[in-house]
Amino acid sequence: MNGPVLLERLVTGAVLLEAPVEVPADGPITLESLICVPVLLPLLAAGVKLAIGGRLRRLQSLISLVTLGISLAVSVVLMVAADTRGPLVTELGGWPSPIGICLVADRLSTLVLVVSSAVTFCVMVYSVVSAYDEQEHDAPMAVFHPAFLVMVAGVADAFLSGDLFNLFVAFELLLSGSYVLLTFGGTESRIRAGATYTLMALASSMLFLIALAITYGATGTLSLAQLAERFATLPEQVKILVELTLLLAFAIKAAIFPMSAWLPDSYPTAPAPATAVFAGLLTKVGVYSIIRLEALLFPGGPVSTLLMWVALATMLTGVLGAVAQTDMKRMLSFTLVSHIGYMVFGVALSTVAGLAGAIFYVVHHITVQTSLFLVTGLVERRTGTTSVTRLGGLMEASPLLAVLFFVPAMNLSGIPPMSGFLGKLMLVQAGLAHGGWLPVTLVAVGLVTSLLTLYAVAKTWGKAFWRGPRPDRLGRVVESDEHTGDDATVTTTALPVMLPVSVAALVALGLSFTVLAGPLVGLAQRAATELLAREPYVSAVLGRQP
Amino acid sequence: MNSVALMPFAACCVLITCGVTLLLERSLVRVLAGVIVLGNGVNLLIVTSGGDAGGPPFVDGTGIADPLPQAMVLTAIVITLGVTAFLLAMVHRSWQLTGSDEVQDDTEDRRIRLRSRRGELSDAVRARQHAYRRLVIEQRAELAKLEAEQAERERLEEADLERRIARVHDELGQWMRELRYEGMTEDELQQRLEEAGLRDDPGAMSNLERIEQLREEHERGRAEQAGRERELRKKLKARQRDARRQLRAAIRDERERQALAQDPELEGDDS
Repeated sequence: MNGPVLLERLVTGAVLLEAPVEVPADGPITLESLICVPVLLPLLAAGVKLAIGGRLRRLQSLISLVTLGISLAVSVVLMVAADTRGPLVTELGGWPSPIGICLVADRLSTLVLVVSSAVTFCVMVYSVVSAYDEQEHDAPMAVFHPAFLVMVAGVADAFLSGDLFNLFVAFELLLSGSYVLLTFGGTESRIRAGATYTLMALASSMLFLIALAITYGATGTLSLAQLAERFATLPEQVKILVELTLLLAFAIKAAIFPMSAWLPDSYPTAPAPATAVFAGLLTKVGVYSIIRLEALLFPGGPVSTLLMWVALATMLTGVLGAVAQTDMKRMLSFTLVSHIGYMVFGVALSTVAGLAGAIFYVVHHITVQTSLFLVTGLVERRTGTTSVTRLGGLMEASPLLAVLFFVPAMNLSGIPPMSGFLGKLMLVQAGLAHGGWLPVTLVAVGLVTSLLTLYAVAKTWGKAFWRGPRPDRLGRVVESDEHTGDDATVTTTALPVMLPVSVAALVALGLSFTVLAGPLVGLAQRAATELLAREPYVSAVLGRQP
Repeated sequence: MNSVALMPFAACCVLITCGVTLLLERSLVRVLAGVIVLGNGVNLLIVTSGGDAGGPPFVDGTGIADPLPQAMVLTAIVITLGVTAFLLAMVHRSWQLTGSDEVQDDTEDRRIRLRSRRGELSDAVRARQHAYRRLVIEQRAELAKLEAEQAERERLEEADLERRIARVHDELGQWMRELRYEGMTEDELQQRLEEAGLRDDPGAMSNLERIEQLREEHERGRAEQAGRERELRKKLKARQRDARRQLRAAIRDERERQALAQDPELEGDDS
């Protein structure tokens, strides 16, 4: 792609949108071809960085940040475009749509893409600063960044994919990046956690492949748009079979009960930026896929009752696990599982209000969960531990950290007027509007879960930050060594200033959802309407006039 | 939309079954083999979904072989290859670090299991303490009952004694009144009394002796009872000490067992 032209287009993105719809047919760049950027650019950057290796650190960080910055800008442009013009489609390799693979940017995918790009950008800032801080290691730059970028490309590809097989490839892309990130440094605990994670992911991928084989055997296509039409003609049993297999594959990725046990087992050991992105994005990719699956391919199926039960169990088991934990990262992992239940509930309602709630919740949860994990990373950096039985007095030692943890924690548990409250409110209203005893029960369970989340995070905050300092830890600043896992005492007391700033930016992003609640909820509702209508998506992909 | 050939489909089923079985093993090498076998099974399934083998592609009519699944299978094979390579590296690293290729238990899981064991243990200790306390209470109640019975018996015996003494006094008074009535002087009466004492009046003497005897008997009974009680108390104390020692030994054993189970990795306290 022509860089200067691309940049110029990005700068004049707003003007471009105002311009008449007709785009030069063989011009260098059309709005549609921008869809490839969030996928291709990080991959390209990862390749370049692998070629550079451990040298030229400044250039490397610049490449990572610029790449993710451009992705973010492109995503914003795409979101505005998809909202004003309807779904944008680009056919890869010039093959026409049902045969070739296409990338589709509709309201849902661009919205989550924007949020994920913003989050990955902040996390990249964090990891760049963090790598600079540890001058002695080359590995963070040489391995961490390419793996991270490959994962980001995979996430973007999964969001934009208009083809089931491409979705599989996207999953594999993001998973292979995440395998590297999770086992980073190859310490014993990470290898152990990596084994669990890799095998669960593999099992899920195999299930996905089986579902693909069945789907292709039954319909002769894997294009989502075409599948949406062809599934309607299939016998009910085949539909259920395909739906359940796909659902199982996605549910493992999204950590939905009873396939959620691997998550609190494997996430906490990874390096902080990796855990943060995993927690924020990877499970949401699973949720996104479930939303697509349920809304586009199998609207109004009998599976929604099952989904409601599963959502109920996910919420309760997750939050009860969170209450029992004494380690901050594990506690957060359990709340992560628990809150996936809210999104599944929204999807299971399969009404516009329910889906809009789920979409809003996805947006909120990506940001909040990532910032919580990043703050925990800062806490670990500062004190050398994340176990609340050993922490204490952090409020005195570092009031900034205390605030940075407190705000997203309250946001997560749904204190008004933060976005967590708004998301839960949307889901509660949707559940009550839907009626029936099961949705109403779920609403009640959701409220209980929210209370228990508040209990879990408040307990953690109180113990780690609020209570008096533990005498044995006072005045010691310890950093954990990425390579050996040993704790090394460090003499500096202050964190590099950009670390808290990157986290603060994420926290502020989470808070901004309250300020932007009007447009955001509107967008979520339009996205949900578009999803349930199905027609805009299908027509756009198959090239029909709506 | 082709009917599926039976043989390849059966092969898929066998491969997938074997793969899943191996995947459930704990040894990472077996798991790796499982991944490969499972991957092959699934890939074969995809090829099978493209139609019968040997058919020409892109020809109208029935019995054509769809080339698209083969393109997909190529992608899937490459991905499986990459993941297999990664898994191999991980198995090697795991072997380097721990000397075995078994997946280790999660330390946090172990800690939670330990905590639940500790909970069970403290429950058991509490139950035993409870039983012991109940035993002590029962024995005390038994003792108290014994004491009460004894006191009641003593009270009855004392009353009996009082009654008898009173009767003897009455008899003596009557006898003296009779003698006085017969016009005997006080001096004579005193003399007669002395005489009766010297004469060793069997009735009067026996009464006095009986009183003494009864008193002695009563004293002896009391001493015996006190001895018995002391004995009983001693026995009870011994039993209590025994029980306490046993309890302490059990707790110490369990602590040692836990200390053995404790891993150096399992740091942090569960307060």
